[in-house]
Amino acid sequence: MEAAPKPSSKAQVKTKGKKQPLRYWEGKADEASLLPSSLTAPDSVIVTKRKREDGTQPRGSQVSKRPKQTQRFKSKQNQKNLKSKHNQKHLQLKKDLRPNQKQELRLNHTLSGAQDPFPGPAPVSENAVKKFQRSSKFVKKHPLKFVTEDKLKAATDEEEETSVRAAQAELLLSEEPGFLEGEDGEDTSTICQADIAEAVDIASAAKHFDLNLHQFGPYRLNYSRTGRHLALCGRRGHVATFDWITKKLMCEINVMEAVRDIRFLHSETLFAVAQKRWLHIYDNQGIELHCVRRCDRITRLEFLPFHFLLATASETGFLTYLDVSVGKIVASLAARAGRLDVMTQNPYNAIIHLGHSNGTVSLWCPAVKEPLVKILCHRGGVRSVAVDSSGMYMATSGLDHQVKIFDLRGKFQPLTSRALPQGAGHLAFSQRGLLAGGMGDVVNIWRAQGQGSFLSLDQPYLTHRLPGHVHGLQFCPFEDVLGAGHSRGFSSILVPGAGEPNFDGLESNPYRSHKQRQEWEVKALLEKIPAELIDLDPRNLGEIDVISLEQKKKEQIERLGFDPEAKAPFQPKQKKKGRSSTANLVKRKTKVKDQKQREKVRQSQQQQDQQQKKKKKKLTPPLSTGPLPSALDRFKR
Amino acid sequence: MKKVPEKSSLRVSNHEEEVLGFLTNCELSTSEDEGDNNNKYDGEMDGKIDREVDGEVDSEVDGVDGEDGNNNNERKHQKLLNVICGLGGKKRLKLAERSEASLQVSEFNVSTEGTGEKLELTELLAPIKSSSSLGIVKKRLKSVKNKKTVELPLSKEENERILREAAYNKISQDMNKWEPIVIKNRTAAQLVFPLEQERVLNAPIEDVIEGWKVSTPLEKEIFSLLHKNKQPVTNTLLTSEEKASLQAMSLEEAKQRRAELQKARALQSYYEARARREKKVKSKRFHKMLKKKKTKEVLKQFEELRKINPTEALEQLKKIENARIQERMTLKHQNSGKWAKSKAIMAKYDLEARKAMQEQLTKNKELTQKLEVPSESEHDEDEEEDAGLIPAIVNEAQLSIDGPNPWMQKQRLNHIKNSPTQEKPVANEVAESEDEEEATAEDELLLQEVEERRAFRKNSKVEQGLQNHTVTTVTVPEKTKEDEEVLVHLRDLSKQLKQKAKKIRQNGEQPKSPPSATRSKPSVQREEQALLNERPSRMVEEDLETLDMEEVSQEPELQKPEAERQHRTHSNQKSPQKTKAEPVTDLHTIISVKAHIANSFLSVPTIVEQEDCDEDIIQKQLIKEAFAGDDVIADFQREKREAEKASEPKDIDLCLPGWGQWGGPGLAISARKRRRFLIKAPKAPPRKDKCLPNVVIAEKRNVHAAAHQVNMLPFPFTHTNEFEHTIKTPVGTTWNTQRAFQKLTAPQVVTKPGHIIEPIKDNNVDSSPSHFDLPNLQKKGHQYLNHRKREPVKDV
Repeated sequence: MEAAPKPSSKAQVKTKGKKQPLRYWEGKADEASLLPSSLTAPDSVIVTKRKREDGTQPRGSQVSKRPKQTQRFKSKQNQKNLKSKHNQKHLQLKKDLRPNQKQELRLNHTLSGAQDPFPGPAPVSENAVKKFQRSSKFVKKHPLKFVTEDKLKAATDEEEETSVRAAQAELLLSEEPGFLEGEDGEDTSTICQADIAEAVDIASAAKHFDLNLHQFGPYRLNYSRTGRHLALCGRRGHVATFDWITKKLMCEINVMEAVRDIRFLHSETLFAVAQKRWLHIYDNQGIELHCVRRCDRITRLEFLPFHFLLATASETGFLTYLDVSVGKIVASLAARAGRLDVMTQNPYNAIIHLGHSNGTVSLWCPAVKEPLVKILCHRGGVRSVAVDSSGMYMATSGLDHQVKIFDLRGKFQPLTSRALPQGAGHLAFSQRGLLAGGMGDVVNIWRAQGQGSFLSLDQPYLTHRLPGHVHGLQFCPFEDVLGAGHSRGFSSILVPGAGEPNFDGLESNPYRSHKQRQEWEVKALLEKIPAELIDLDPRNLGEIDVISLEQKKKEQIERLGFDPEAKAPFQPKQKKKGRSSTANLVKRKTKVKDQKQREKVRQSQQQQDQQQKKKKKKLTPPLSTGPLPSALDRFKR
Repeated sequence: MKKVPEKSSLRVSNHEEEVLGFLTNCELSTSEDEGDNNNKYDGEMDGKIDREVDGEVDSEVDGVDGEDGNNNNERKHQKLLNVICGLGGKKRLKLAERSEASLQVSEFNVSTEGTGEKLELTELLAPIKSSSSLGIVKKRLKSVKNKKTVELPLSKEENERILREAAYNKISQDMNKWEPIVIKNRTAAQLVFPLEQERVLNAPIEDVIEGWKVSTPLEKEIFSLLHKNKQPVTNTLLTSEEKASLQAMSLEEAKQRRAELQKARALQSYYEARARREKKVKSKRFHKMLKKKKTKEVLKQFEELRKINPTEALEQLKKIENARIQERMTLKHQNSGKWAKSKAIMAKYDLEARKAMQEQLTKNKELTQKLEVPSESEHDEDEEEDAGLIPAIVNEAQLSIDGPNPWMQKQRLNHIKNSPTQEKPVANEVAESEDEEEATAEDELLLQEVEERRAFRKNSKVEQGLQNHTVTTVTVPEKTKEDEEVLVHLRDLSKQLKQKAKKIRQNGEQPKSPPSATRSKPSVQREEQALLNERPSRMVEEDLETLDMEEVSQEPELQKPEAERQHRTHSNQKSPQKTKAEPVTDLHTIISVKAHIANSFLSVPTIVEQEDCDEDIIQKQLIKEAFAGDDVIADFQREKREAEKASEPKDIDLCLPGWGQWGGPGLAISARKRRRFLIKAPKAPPRKDKCLPNVVIAEKRNVHAAAHQVNMLPFPFTHTNEFEHTIKTPVGTTWNTQRAFQKLTAPQVVTKPGHIIEPIKDNNVDSSPSHFDLPNLQKKGHQYLNHRKREPVKDV
């Protein structure tokens, strides 16, 4: 019986045989190992291709990495025969690169002899993984049970794996956003739309257009969530929806009534129109589907896409939530602040922001009858409110001609503010954090100066004068376009860098077909979030309801008459020969008690010490940079 | 003579007693014990003696049994027998039969009755033969005595308890072998039933094939053919020879390398030979010349270096300087050495000796001369000569090492940081080696190059050996004499340089680029700056008395280093946030945050464009007019106060009118009673908007949302944060990739349809734990994670 020879035994048997054709990577590997320094670019194309994705390591090091590995493998085979310095060198290098070589070797080794030049799954950069990690690592404060520890470990493992998977599945070569850059010293705000339209490609230039609709008064507008469709409503009853990129009209009607606002529902097939008396819902052909009489005299509409809620603010001061999936009014909240005509939603947590005439902005959710938060923003009434897509910042403008930006993360403090000569009547945030403000017939757009910095209101990024006064502003999703409805129609303004360049095809696909839309609709309905879950912090849902937990426990204790989890108080043991006298018992009890007390005190002391140390540490670094103080310093003049 | 028999009798009686004791014991003990004892001593004594003793004992036993009432008769019978025996004339040795203590055997006297013999001294002196046997008995007796009594059998309960314990232990051991499996199955993320399924082929096919063996004749034939031709069988496309040939170098390259090596070797040997020859030359003059030549060379090189690379020259100079210092430390030229003294004697008569002395003295002078302090201004030159008395080292130390003088420290530190060359202590060796390098620069370079190359490729042994040799020759510097020589050269060199520098200064020219001057410059500046800095601070101190306290605090701040100042500014930035913490008072400031007026050319709408710059003021007026009636801020404050009041927990008043007092309309309940029946509500936790004057945050809980939250802690968790950590990762497809989603939502238990789930068998437990490995899915995960760990992605 002869066994198929193993690689180690085979090496000794082999002599010169017929040369077999090399695989492209094999040849490269050998070459590379011979001349690691003289690798030319075309040779290394295959090798470097993968590396560029994470782009973390210098190319040279990457290039030599792969060949080394193959070399290492070979050198293991015929260590006795070959003792070239190259091999030795690689061996040395390999050690620190790959801790478990054996596994690697096994993976490499295939039946045909071809070696996978990139064995194993693609490497993922740690930063990419970090981006998808939800929570910080669990910090164990006290010893845990084995079971608990196991579960925690399983959870962390799961989390890590999912984040790695997510990082691996991340889009490669995504579109990069960019802004308009002026030549040296040139202010970008001086660049007019005509120039931009001239400079950009035809498809983009076609996105800049004006609709001259002077008959039916100031227009409001709404883009659908995919950014593909546009709904316009003139105050004098003109309602139209169309695919604004192809300019294909879907419907155009005149409702013969004053129209205050228009809003697409979850898809472009349905839209709600706030008419003079009631709320009407039309389909994409302009057929009136519903007339919601419980919502009357609506001034503003907002649609919460994940909850399928249409929030309406009325002249009578009511904020009403209408569930459009079942046609039920979820909540009707009295704002008790007069007429409501400033409303916006926070896309992060679906909270509705209402602006009031007394300078406050109130935050609402359908489950609570009073405002969650009330922020005093302006001396005069609030004219408009906008919240950015991350839900961190809120821009407000008031009658005191100021525009302010508030931090919405717990503190609700103004970050910046700026007085504008006329005050901004309308504000809108783009997906990428540009802020547009409509002042009279002028639209100003601000952006953050520099990478990663906060929006600055000092210098507008772009300005544009419209033929009439602004009446509605909205950035088009996934497009570098700002739609502005004004008294003489509608104009679409090009704003480079406004829209998110990469869209999620499963979530809101501008190019989706009829079928895709239907499927998406079903899925979206299945994943509808109940209205009660709207809260300031959407992460609350992942936390335990401590209050009811405590309540439950209290009830249980009441029911049982004792606390089943409580530790029994110390009961001194009965001793004989008079050692269990009352005095002795008391003494023993106090002894135990004191010990506990001491332990507590010690712990608190330690905590204090640590805190002090931390404080000191915070204080010390600047001191340490200077020269060490000398004893003679006190005589210094 | 009388006493002796007594003694012997005593001894006998003792024996007897022992025997008796033994007998009584024998009666009690079982026959088994006796047998044991016999066996015990078998090895030590003869069988004969043993038997004898046994016989003795037996007879004695009989005797004891016999004497009950017939005691007298027997005695008489014995006497009779004795008489008859005595009649016979011939004496028969008669063994004294032992019986109970009697006249014959008594503890009080020894009777020779029965034997008819007299006790002789020799008999007493000699050891009694039989004592040996008695000793054995004694030993046996001892052992018998040591033996404890047999314990009572255990009670029934105890017996049962022990049995139970043993049974428990055994069973628990049996059960324990299940434990790992149970734990594994319990903690497994997924269980696939039936458990004993064939494992999915995770391993690559190569692993499976490795175990495969040639069985059929055809296969054998094929493999034998392959082996004959030495073809690679399992993998790799190239044979080992091919690979070797690929990796070997070309002929030309090899030739080139050989040539290089030859040249290097030749050079090496040449240099070695020359060095040896030079060393052997005994002429002092020759060496002197050599020295001078060397110094000249060094000087020349230094000059060149100064022109080309001033910084390096500076370093060189420092080395020289260092050498000088070390030379100084040796105090060789003080004319105090042995040689110097001898020369001093000779100097009177010998001209040469005098010359030598002179030389030494000049050297000494040179060394003890005060170092020119270049930081001082030019007219220090005069002082320099005067200061020859002061040891130069003092100044040197002051210069090089920054003294602990805090007044001087300020600026100097920076300078020191800027010029790291000043700090580096340069060893003597380094200077020497570099000197050598320069001398033989070109050839050395070649040699080194070759060496490096050689170190790179360690192919042939011969090469390695050679290399080792060369390395040692190169790296180990020859000390002692050469060392000194170089020192001397360097000293000379430094002297010359110094003189040059002096000349230049005397000419009144700005030194072009002498390293000493370049070094002195910063120090001059440094001191000047220190002075400059000092002055204002003093001024401030004087002024301080007149100034306000605020300014006092500001002024020193200016003086502090920048880092500190930055820190301050940071803290300043932080402080406003803290001040915001104080409620209400700041509300105005928050609302009327300083707003800059935007001025972009288009920001003003067309209609209002005509307005002037005073627009701002006008606007303010307008606003004031418009909101004259309503004070927004006051309204808000009121609102907030109300909200605070509403959220406060209320006390419960349990007072009932009329109880213990008169009640009725118009009658107030007394304060005492009220106080008694008032249940005070616990203090509410601080409001979230306590520190936010412009915000009212509702304290009401969102009950509807809370209904969706988890309101109990599941089993193994004891703290909320533990559990929260496990549910933090979202599960849905919206947040996860498809694979991850599938994994997260995989069922805990999977059963295969149509398969019988049988209990785990006993025989499987110990033998094949592989069946109970973690389920497939989890395994994949592990593998995956391992891979990640194996290949950590590095961010540079």
